[in-house]
Amino acid sequence: MFARGLKRKSAEEPEDVEGCPAGARAAPSYSLQRQSLLDMSLVKLQLCHMLVEPNLCRSVLIANTVRQIQEEMTRDGTWRVLAPQAAGRAPLDRLVSTDILCRSVREQEGECPAPDMGDGQPDLVPGPAVAPAAQALRSPQSSLWEGDGSRESRGGFQKSLDQIFETLESQASGSVEELFADVDSSYYDLDAVLTGMVGSTSSGPGSGLQAFASATTSPPSSSCRSDLGELDHAVEILVET
Amino acid sequence: MVLQPSERYHRDWSHRRLGPWCSPTGSPAPLSCETGCGEGSWILVCRLLVPTQVSLLSMEEDIDTRKINNSFLRDHSYATEADIISTVEFNHTGELLATGDKGGRVVIFQREQESKNQVHRRGEYNVYSTFQSHEPEFDYLKSLEIEEKINKIRWLPQQNAAYFLLSTNDKTVKLWKVSERDKRPEGYNLKDEEGRLRDPATITTLRVPVLRPMDLMVEATPRRVFANAHTYHINSISVNSDYETYMSADDLRINLWNFEITNQSFNIVDIKPANMEELTEVITAAEFHPHHCNSFVYSSSKGTIRLCDMRASALCDRHSKFFEEPEDPSNRSFFSEIISSISDVKFSHSGRYIMTRDYLTVKVWDLNMENRPIETYQVHDYLRSKLCSLYENDCIFDKFECVWNGSDSVIMTGSYNNFFRMFDRNTKRDVTLEASRENSKPRAILKPRKVCVGGKRRKDEISVDSLDFSKKILHTAWHPSENIIAVAATNNLYIFQDKVN
Repeated sequence: MFARGLKRKSAEEPEDVEGCPAGARAAPSYSLQRQSLLDMSLVKLQLCHMLVEPNLCRSVLIANTVRQIQEEMTRDGTWRVLAPQAAGRAPLDRLVSTDILCRSVREQEGECPAPDMGDGQPDLVPGPAVAPAAQALRSPQSSLWEGDGSRESRGGFQKSLDQIFETLESQASGSVEELFADVDSSYYDLDAVLTGMVGSTSSGPGSGLQAFASATTSPPSSSCRSDLGELDHAVEILVET
Repeated sequence: MVLQPSERYHRDWSHRRLGPWCSPTGSPAPLSCETGCGEGSWILVCRLLVPTQVSLLSMEEDIDTRKINNSFLRDHSYATEADIISTVEFNHTGELLATGDKGGRVVIFQREQESKNQVHRRGEYNVYSTFQSHEPEFDYLKSLEIEEKINKIRWLPQQNAAYFLLSTNDKTVKLWKVSERDKRPEGYNLKDEEGRLRDPATITTLRVPVLRPMDLMVEATPRRVFANAHTYHINSISVNSDYETYMSADDLRINLWNFEITNQSFNIVDIKPANMEELTEVITAAEFHPHHCNSFVYSSSKGTIRLCDMRASALCDRHSKFFEEPEDPSNRSFFSEIISSISDVKFSHSGRYIMTRDYLTVKVWDLNMENRPIETYQVHDYLRSKLCSLYENDCIFDKFECVWNGSDSVIMTGSYNNFFRMFDRNTKRDVTLEASRENSKPRAILKPRKVCVGGKRRKDEISVDSLDFSKKILHTAWHPSENIIAVAATNNLYIFQDKVN
């Protein structure tokens, strides 16, 4: 297995973790795990093999996982995106170590991770770490994140993920299907692919990736157009290539 | 190597019905999980490594195939990614064993003939034929490569002296004919012995060409190419019991073909939604019923199996039976759906049961009971707590296959660390064995392996964190009537035999 021998840094850090269970420092909370899983899934969907068609079964399973997390977060009321601040542009690979994240919440709390966020973590603010707002950084609840040594998890996600969520939020809908409703359906009708892959939004695979990459260096206020480019790219991966 | 006419083909298929499938002693051999001695212990017969050079050699000249095989049994670094075995299949008599690899090649092994002088050699398989089945292609419209990897091989039952098999990559199915040639015509009038044209003026007499014996040559020729019928990746092919039709299944559709017709196929299942945004489920495997030529099953990524009857309608979107196990709420996680995705489905030889493989278990279903399986076997439940890591490194998407033995009493499937597992359905005993170079000498008895789950690790046990997840046994095959198994580990093919004394 990978991450063998990884030290539990978070456990060794002396932290004043206010209002959190003693075991919280050693293992991540359910919401952190869930968030990391969501981000991991989105990354998986976006990293497609450009030469060979990616496995449709795998893409569908990952997309279903994303949908499931999103539905649960919507039910919790945690599906909330704060405006992306200039809170750092740490690269994607500074996700909290999987070894830490994948530790079962059961070890931490001694109970099953329940969808209801209320139990066991009363002080935890239900906010996705993907949107690093300055307010979240300073709020006392966020000390839990600091306690995990996971500063990266707050500020470390690429801008484009923020923009995806921002777009989701701005459309005032939590459903993945509505998200893609704007896109011309013929764009990813595989039977009609004989006419070529370019759809109405005119972003092919290459440009989608470029929009992704450029998002890390562009200022937070990116145009709506690049948002759509990345969304198209994600759609493309989900349903076509 | 020349087969006598009576051995060449069998027209009598009655022995394939329900019957006493036996090991050589005449009784089904039980498994032995303990010391590995006595009845039911497994020994390595041979390990076959087929690097790239073999195919080049055999195509250029007639070569004693055994020489090729032996010379490449040594360990070499010839192995490339193209040599990774992607499918393994015995033919209906077990005399031939076919493998397909990532490089698009098919290698057929033939069982060593029994001889009085070398009794111990029986059970060994040697290279019989090698050919390039599929080539890499490029889809210009989508700007994507089409892999030449052989996804599945299925044999046709033998009906004459030649052997026929279907091999498929992601997009195209091909019917190959493998035949032996041991005679050649000599004495042409217009051509000399080297094939050059003779000057007609020099011909003074006429003669009739005669057939003379020659060294055995095995030829593989493509007889049919079934192309352009699949938009998505083909994951299964299955020959129907009528021996006239077969089906090919991709992620969203299943097509029915007639062997004689290559420019048409019938679409019998189509689960593609009108709106691709609504796609949440794909077809993962499909198989015809072994006796009823109208019935087939297909499995899905949501852990369901559908039995369909082609007599009901032309498009079998409505199933006759729907097999699904209710979810266990205590085991629910974000990975529940992914690990319930079925990677393989196989009918028992009797046709009464189906076996399915999902990420952590093998399940046996009775066709008469749809609401739950009759048996569930844990393959590697210790991975349940590691699902997040396995999701990250994509191992959770590995597609393991599963196989029945000839009598449907034992089932086998692969795992990680080159482990494979066998479950005896009658005694409820199971065994974990390893296919690796270090641990097996030819004819040595395989030692059962054990994974230590927690607490103290005993000697000879291996801890979960030490498992090598890059060494996965995805493809295995079981001889149709004897206890001989073929296990593919990357580019190695291991053949094990039940040692019965």
